[in-house]
Amino acid sequence: MTHEEIYAKVKDVLVDALGVDEDEVVPTAVIRDDLGAESIDFLDIMFRLEKAFGIKIPKGELMPEGVATDPNYVQGDKLTPAGVAMLKEKMPFSDFTEFDKDPTVEGMSKLFTVDMIVKYVENKLKAA
Amino acid sequence: MRWFWIDRFTQFESRKSATAIKAVTMSEEHLHDLYPDFPVIPNSLIVEGMAQTSGLLVGEAKDFAEKVVLAKVGKAVFHRLVQPGDTLIFSAVVEQLNDIGASISGTVTVEGDLIAEIELMFSHIDQNLSGTKFPEHNFVFTQQFKDLVLKFEPKREDREFDL
Repeated sequence: MTHEEIYAKVKDVLVDALGVDEDEVVPTAVIRDDLGAESIDFLDIMFRLEKAFGIKIPKGELMPEGVATDPNYVQGDKLTPAGVAMLKEKMPFSDFTEFDKDPTVEGMSKLFTVDMIVKYVENKLKAA
Repeated sequence: MRWFWIDRFTQFESRKSATAIKAVTMSEEHLHDLYPDFPVIPNSLIVEGMAQTSGLLVGEAKDFAEKVVLAKVGKAVFHRLVQPGDTLIFSAVVEQLNDIGASISGTVTVEGDLIAEIELMFSHIDQNLSGTKFPEHNFVFTQQFKDLVLKFEPKREDREFDL
């Protein structure tokens, strides 16, 4: 499956899961801030991706869990260097350029973009 | 008032599908609240009937150990109104089921007529992604709800023990 085909299918998934218009789903769109996803929508997106691509997404693989409540990773509203390192390891398809400048808990959601999902699926299909 | 929007199951295949029925009767108070002199069952209660059919299917899949809550109505399309005398048939199919939750697709029919198409998503709230804690007690499934399923003796080939 080509990058374009994966992108088109991811777009369909997000349109169906979030009720957004197709033209809103651009590579740089942030799933929560730009497409309006709420927490429960992430489970819906995971289910739809699994179905659309015939893949299994293990818990915590697409989105690391429990980061915000782990004192090793978060101090106050900022991620610790260990937290940032962990995120980079677990989310290799996210762009950390802006996040590195101000690694806040609130800013973590900006790592979850359309492009990140497409790359994640691409990698998953390659590995299959 | 008891919050049951299905009367009984007519088919139940663990982790796969379930069918439940509800006979709609003129004596139900809520039928008379939407329109004067034109009793109909509100569509929201048809969604609730599908949610109960599906929720029990999802709950039984893990022997009612999880607190299963309706998290999202992905789709709810209605094709006609339902009136007293109709018997609703709720058919639910498990599309996906994992540790975190489940997705269900369902149809509602009356004597073969398609009444509604409904897609629902359920969350196992103790496994939620944010790590929020909930009370130990499973407040979702009362014994009366579980009895709707257990009396039907669901089959599960890979069941490790009998209920």
